[in-house]
Amino acid sequence: MAELEQKQSGKKGKKKGRKKMSTRIDLTPMVDLGFLLVTFFMLTTTFSKPQTMEINMPVKPKEEVIEEEQNAVKASKALTLIIDGENKIFWYQGLPGEENLPVETNFSADGIRKVLVEKNMTIAEMVVLIKPTDEANYKNVVDILDEMNISNIKRYALVDITPLDLELIKNL
Amino acid sequence: MPKIKVPRKSTLIDMTAMCDVAFLLLTFFMLTTQFKSDESVIVDTPSSISEIKLPDTDILNITISADGKVFFNIDNKNFSRERLLQKISERHPELQFSPEEIKAFVLTGSVGVPLNQLKGFLALDEFDRKSYQQPGIPIDSTNNELSTWIMQGRLSNPNVRITIKGDQSCPWPVVKKVMNTLQDKNVNKFNLITDLEADPNKLKGI
Repeated sequence: MAELEQKQSGKKGKKKGRKKMSTRIDLTPMVDLGFLLVTFFMLTTTFSKPQTMEINMPVKPKEEVIEEEQNAVKASKALTLIIDGENKIFWYQGLPGEENLPVETNFSADGIRKVLVEKNMTIAEMVVLIKPTDEANYKNVVDILDEMNISNIKRYALVDITPLDLELIKNL
Repeated sequence: MPKIKVPRKSTLIDMTAMCDVAFLLLTFFMLTTQFKSDESVIVDTPSSISEIKLPDTDILNITISADGKVFFNIDNKNFSRERLLQKISERHPELQFSPEEIKAFVLTGSVGVPLNQLKGFLALDEFDRKSYQQPGIPIDSTNNELSTWIMQGRLSNPNVRITIKGDQSCPWPVVKKVMNTLQDKNVNKFNLITDLEADPNKLKGI
């Protein structure tokens, strides 16, 4: 404590006690750190939960006979969409045949959506049958299911493709 | 003429406000963040206008990669992953798992190996397991292991919601097989995970 005494004796005339320190600190490094962490959390975060589309499949019928009966009722009100590879899509109304050939269209707003909206207004209680071929990919099918939501069509079903349908689109 | 003296100003700026902003953002991101779970495959999901959000728990996820491999994942709410492995052991007495293997299974995300390779897969150390190219769960009609996984998954957590996360370019026959497997197990309601896209009906209104 000798030092302290010396100081006091040295500064006899001045009344200054302790040297006043500035309370301001340089915050720049703290800001740097803050933004570094912000960047880290921004990049690692998954901001939103994934979206999901709910799909209800019909209960698998136990007997084949029942299925045939169900199809027979629908035939007049059915609109069939065949999804082929290379983003191609074909549609026909009712039962296919020589005078009712599938029409080719595409996934754009002027393509299939126009058809769906038109048919939804003209056919009462329309049922859409979606038949993806083996060449179709998952995106095409999801797009079509999405078109159903966009056009507000409530009745639709994913159906297996039949050899007759394949024959028809092959000959086009 | 008198000289105009420009008063020299200090170049130091008050950082307090900026610091406040930085830490406010930091707090926000820290509280809202959920770390991305490490996926064994990268899947680019198709987009739809559907806006239903998926809950975090009670999810049984079937991932289908672009090359048609199938992966299975279930969240570990109420230790359902441990129970799932026990149930598989009950069903397949030749597959018995040690506590270490059960722990490894709980910590792993998606699983995409046939049942007979599962032990070997779980024996790998954590780092090797992530880089391991999983062959996918067999879904052929003769050897449909996915149906076993789904059934045991539902038994280990009865409230589970089944989701399918498929890649845009994955071929439809694979998805059809997965859906048929689900229907064979009497699951007729499931969710397809999609990205959000703008609803054209709403766009018209703007």
